[in-house]
Amino acid sequence: MLVLAGTIPLQGIPLLAGQGVLTSEGLVIHDMATGVGHVLDQNRGTAAMMTTVAVVCQKYGLRPPMCVVAGDIGKRDGSSQVYAYLTEHLGELCPEVMTFHYIMPDIRRNNLLIKAIKQLKRKPLLIADAGSMYVAKAGGHSPYYDIFTPDMGELAFLADEKADHPAYTRGFIWHMNEEVHELVQRAHHWKNAANILFVKGSTDYICRSGKILKSIGEPSIPELEAIGGTGDTITGMLTALAYRGTDLVDACLIAARANREAGRLARPTPATQVNKIIEHIPHALQISENLLMEPVVERAGILPESLEKVMIH
Amino acid sequence: MKKFLSKIIDMKNHSDPQHSRGLLIFSNTSEVIKAEGILKTAGYQIRVMSPPPQYRTGCDLAIDFPLVEQLGVMRCLSEEKIVPLDVLPLSEERLEPLQLCRVTDFGDYLMIKAANMKITIHKLSRKIVNISGGGCPDVPYLATEMIGKSIYDAPNPRNLGYSLCAYSLNVAYEEALRIMEEQLC
Repeated sequence: MLVLAGTIPLQGIPLLAGQGVLTSEGLVIHDMATGVGHVLDQNRGTAAMMTTVAVVCQKYGLRPPMCVVAGDIGKRDGSSQVYAYLTEHLGELCPEVMTFHYIMPDIRRNNLLIKAIKQLKRKPLLIADAGSMYVAKAGGHSPYYDIFTPDMGELAFLADEKADHPAYTRGFIWHMNEEVHELVQRAHHWKNAANILFVKGSTDYICRSGKILKSIGEPSIPELEAIGGTGDTITGMLTALAYRGTDLVDACLIAARANREAGRLARPTPATQVNKIIEHIPHALQISENLLMEPVVERAGILPESLEKVMIH
Repeated sequence: MKKFLSKIIDMKNHSDPQHSRGLLIFSNTSEVIKAEGILKTAGYQIRVMSPPPQYRTGCDLAIDFPLVEQLGVMRCLSEEKIVPLDVLPLSEERLEPLQLCRVTDFGDYLMIKAANMKITIHKLSRKIVNISGGGCPDVPYLATEMIGKSIYDAPNPRNLGYSLCAYSLNVAYEEALRIMEEQLC
């Protein structure tokens, strides 16, 4: 099962745990207990990620994701419910892939969740973005995760062994903006990185074990950085691709290229909302997969030849 | 000699900037953000910073203040019905939230980044057109409340947010306000 977890920015929305189904109105999550369906606003955070996952699952004929969400506007109430539900019900869910998203960092509750994951018969693939990535780092669990998807600001945070939250990143590290390799190495050195890092930015970097494997800068759509949710669509795509069984580095490469292609197709301005990008994801994925399967693929020259053979089919 | 040495140690303690400072610990970041505004308005020399490890959740702030002014600080906060969980002496160096910003000019739009947060403004209309980055749950909430509004009419993240992401968004928002006002001059 593919399990997605996070919060939605509405006060009073109860804990919802059910399949995320695409409808003409958007992504609907049906609460298993009451059967009531809630439509999520796909332009915001976790809903953008979950909608993207559902779109990709539909494209490839995969089972829709199991979504666990609760309303939280920053008061921790919904986040606490999500942590508690997952910790209690993990055994029943039997997750193969789990993606954690917007949540109020809570080291104690996340420690309990990690403990529950460790009790599963088989460790699921773990992907963390946003607050879930912050708490994974603050709690010292980063290497237990398979993929983190930081942007450049968040990479600086991962590289700062003293910071518990991106807001505490020390100035001299934040200023190392252009020194991606150094930041990736630092994060890995201090055990504050997942095995794979997908660093989102004007150039995307796919990294493993502290090394940059590949950089993707084309097509270049600078406006995407301003659009809230364009990082969430990357996390969503690579989650669904990982669930499909795609090699994780390939999944990152496909997601990186597809996000840029979706941006190109949407012809955005910095004022565009992310739903306009999501509309183009199925087509963009097709373009991206075709490009990566072609024998002549743009090489950045960073990757050792032996690894490239493994990565590019 | 002993007396001389103890005098040196005493002088050293007094010259240590941390020696006479304390930390106010609160139950959540939202209270810290409110307390910071109240105390700064009242003229206290305070700074927000990370709390000690025993109070860590992963998203929290504390207030560094001059211990000698504890009474006034506490009275000022209690008048606004804000009660700290604890008051501690400042025993070690603590991290301060990042106050630096980066600006990207998209022509008609300006994007301002602070830590992990970005806010984008349409230059002519002064409208907030996008908010991106962050990871705490109040970020999408703040985006819903602020996008589409003029930067002058939009709610201030300081008043509406609860998290350190909201704190960073506020840094970017205030920088955006400053740039817009500079352009008006």
